[in-house]
Amino acid sequence: MSSTPYDADGLRRGDKAPETPYSPGMKKIGGVAGWLDDRTGAAKPIGYLMKKVFPDHWSFMLGEVAMYSMIICLLSGTFLTFWFVPSAGQVVYDGSYVPLKGITMSEAYRSTLDISFDIRGGLLIRQIHHWAALLFIVALSVHMLRVFFTGAFRKPRELNWVIGCILSMLALVEGFAGYSLPDDLLSGTGLRAAEGFMRSVPVLGSYISYFVFNGPFPGESIIPRLYSVHVLLLPAILVGLFTVHIGLVFVHKHTQYPGPGRTNNNVVGFPVMPVYAAKAGGFFFIVFGVVALISGLVTINPIWAYGPYDPSPVTAGSQPDWYMGFADGALRLLPGWLEFEAFGFTFSFNVMIGAILLIPVMYTLMALYPFLEAWVTGDKREHHLLDRPRNRPTRTALGVAALTMYGVLMFAAGNDLMAIKLHLSINDITHILRAAFFIAPVIAFWVTKRICLSLQRKDRDLVLHGRETGRIIRTADGKFFEQHEPLDPYARWNLVDYDTDQPLQLEAPADENGVASPTARKDRVRAALSRFYFDDSVPAVTPAELAAAHHDGHGHEAIEGAPADEDRPALESSRREAPPRP
Amino acid sequence: MNALAARRRHPAAIALLILLGLVVTGVGYSVLAPKTASATTASASQVEEGKKLFLANCATCHGLQAQGTKAGPSLAGVGAAAVDFQMGTGRMPMAAPAVQAPRVNEVRFTQEQIDAVAAYIASLAPGPAIPSPEYTSGENANVALGAELFRVNCAMCHNFAGSGGALTRGKYAPNLRDIEGKHIYEAMVTGPQSMPVFNDDNISPEGKNDIIAYLHAVDKQENRGGMALGNLGPVSEGLFIWVFGLGIMIAFAVWLGRKAA
Ligand code: HEC
Ligand code: HEC
Ligand code: HEM
Repeated sequence: MSSTPYDADGLRRGDKAPETPYSPGMKKIGGVAGWLDDRTGAAKPIGYLMKKVFPDHWSFMLGEVAMYSMIICLLSGTFLTFWFVPSAGQVVYDGSYVPLKGITMSEAYRSTLDISFDIRGGLLIRQIHHWAALLFIVALSVHMLRVFFTGAFRKPRELNWVIGCILSMLALVEGFAGYSLPDDLLSGTGLRAAEGFMRSVPVLGSYISYFVFNGPFPGESIIPRLYSVHVLLLPAILVGLFTVHIGLVFVHKHTQYPGPGRTNNNVVGFPVMPVYAAKAGGFFFIVFGVVALISGLVTINPIWAYGPYDPSPVTAGSQPDWYMGFADGALRLLPGWLEFEAFGFTFSFNVMIGAILLIPVMYTLMALYPFLEAWVTGDKREHHLLDRPRNRPTRTALGVAALTMYGVLMFAAGNDLMAIKLHLSINDITHILRAAFFIAPVIAFWVTKRICLSLQRKDRDLVLHGRETGRIIRTADGKFFEQHEPLDPYARWNLVDYDTDQPLQLEAPADENGVASPTARKDRVRAALSRFYFDDSVPAVTPAELAAAHHDGHGHEAIEGAPADEDRPALESSRREAPPRP
Repeated sequence: MNALAARRRHPAAIALLILLGLVVTGVGYSVLAPKTASATTASASQVEEGKKLFLANCATCHGLQAQGTKAGPSLAGVGAAAVDFQMGTGRMPMAAPAVQAPRVNEVRFTQEQIDAVAAYIASLAPGPAIPSPEYTSGENANVALGAELFRVNCAMCHNFAGSGGALTRGKYAPNLRDIEGKHIYEAMVTGPQSMPVFNDDNISPEGKNDIIAYLHAVDKQENRGGMALGNLGPVSEGLFIWVFGLGIMIAFAVWLGRKAA
């Protein structure tokens, strides 16, 4: 072995020094996160998310309430699965609730009794689960109303609105499935009703019912089937859709109310990290706390008082949970003559319209609304600034009318309780509500629209003439006038930052050669709808109007430009050009 | 004094005067009325006494021979139980025509007087008798069986917990909280108003006692899950979550929004 110029180490002399083992992420964020980033590369996207800015307004937190109550449902539901036995097998009760000892009942019902009375904390968790479910759907509905009345469903968020509609509908089904699991008298009555609903489908009804119940009602299969749907299928879909929903919120960025410094192109608020996250985290605990408090103090679904399901008894006050109330109400209002026989079949439209058609029709209309409105307005712009409801009188009025209709149905579901508590005749209540279903929305529409229009006029007045101070000034030449105090530019901004659509003009139905436009009919409908929406709209104050008011008026410093941090002159940007009409 | 004199002709004066008169007689009656009541078997004198009371208080509606008039049904064959129930729960004498005679908590007759009228009505034609205390105490009974019987036979009108429910045209099945066992039993055997009769073939006397035991158990029950919201089922729960649940959540949201701003 002769010596060589290179020793062992020398062999590697040309190698580059090993790269630094630390990713840049490591330097920025500490040890564990850096370690994770090295393996997942998550730092960048997460950093991006964390820097997202959220505007602040209490009404933006309604969606959060829904999200947290859903999480509470997931957690408490998991706890319930440890003990709940989804089986219709018959057993004799021998637990600690004396008034049911020795009664034959299903395993599902017995296990729910055991959760309630014999498992430590079980009743609390059951009540948490059910109260959270109710709160979930309440919050989700009010969240939906917020989105509707502020116009947050407009481009580019139509898709998210549709997802929201699906989420809301599935939540109803999820709730109904849960309500049917414990196999108590109410849930069995609910299932019995559901079975009747299926049978009201013309021709196919009894097949559907046999298919779902795997034979005649009630059978042994429905509880295990509902169980899979309730704890596996629907939660998975709900969580999946919800993730997309919230993901789209990040992609679109959150909308904001108009205000000084807020434009269609920015978002004014706090970054997710740390402010917003801290707030949101805190809010989760508040929601959990409130739900736990309610659950600790107030009974919900006392299944032990209802007793086990048995097809023969039915109790007064058999109602579904509130979110199914409107469908129940529709059933109570539908007149009996809608059931008739033809071709040897019985057609039960008195049941089918309320029970089978109502929910899909309602949700389809809701999901389509953004597209309808966009078609009517011909508006193809993106909208990131919310509308004040009064500035969209027709939409607001339509929303209130729809709510009124829903409200009538909801009241109808409690017609028996109203009768007994108010000492009225249930027949009279039903007749009145039937009429109200058609009349009340029209009145609600008209009243709401009038209110919106007058609020808008009041705003205009405020902007043009300022606040009445009640101080009478006598000028040197003996004239009297009341001094009006002009609004400060910040307050004014909120009142003028919206645009008003004009009704679409009908294009010539035929061209100069007399060839009828192929779309003439559609255009006419569209123009008519557009007039319906915008005929009496109150335009926002223009800079010119403001200037004019300033000159002939008693106001001072009327057009003092935009708030300091605005990038465009205020009065210009407060009036955007109407979009080109297609 | 002048002021009073001036108001003498006020329309409300008459109403006030009548009210005053009524209060005075009412108080005077309750002071002077005999207090001890010892139940005895129907004697001729008791029937006689009952007839007098009947003529004075009931005949305007039910007729001089209890044969019935337009204002009230015939009482032949309703039995002592019906009278004891109707008078003992304050339903009769009915104060004013209404879709249904409501329960009135201040009963205006002593048990002795009620027994006398019951004896008189029972002497006209046979009918269900006042039940023996053995079956109305709710003791030595099976609560679970009573609960089941109640769910099968009564809950459709009276609600699962006996909280009451609406019937057609303003009629209603009343709340069954804190009702004496005897009256529960009598309601079952006489079927007041729209309520069906549950005779001994439908529900045996032991079964009736079980039902009484169940209803009394519900009266005494502490609510396991907290406040029961009137035991009215999902409607009151929905109302609660909308008003309180949503209310509290919005209050917190507004508060947090304020904090951040
Ligand atoms: C203002 C008229 C009125 C007076 C006074 C009145 N009743 Fe009645 N009573 C009725 C009516 C109406 C009914 C049937 C409706 C009901 O039960 O509510 C009735 C029902 C009854 C019944 C039940 C009948 C059945 O079929 O079960 C009994 C018992 C009875 N009355 C007893 C009495 C007695 C006893 C008195 C006197 C203390 C009395 N009533 C005074 C109007 C009256
Ligand atoms: C068809 C409906 C119906 C059914 C079923 C029914 N009830 Fe009633 N119940 C009524 C009505 C209506 C009244 C009120 C009668 C009145 O005020 O004159 C009533 C009254 C009563 C009262 C008197 C309450 C009071 O306020 O003094 C009792 C007790 C009672 N029911 C018990 C029962 C029991 C126990 C059962 C089952 C075995 C039952 N009911 C089944 C309709 C019903
Ligand atoms: C996300 C929305 C959910 C809603 C709206 C909902 C709703 C309900 C309702 C109303 C009940 C009736 C409970 C009662 O009063 O006793 C129920 C029961 C039940 N839920 Fe859910 N639930 C949801 C999610 C879940 C999840 C994710 C699970 C399991 C992982 C679950 C497991 C159960 C079980 C086991 C029962 C029956 C036990 C019992 O009734 O005590 N739930 N649910």
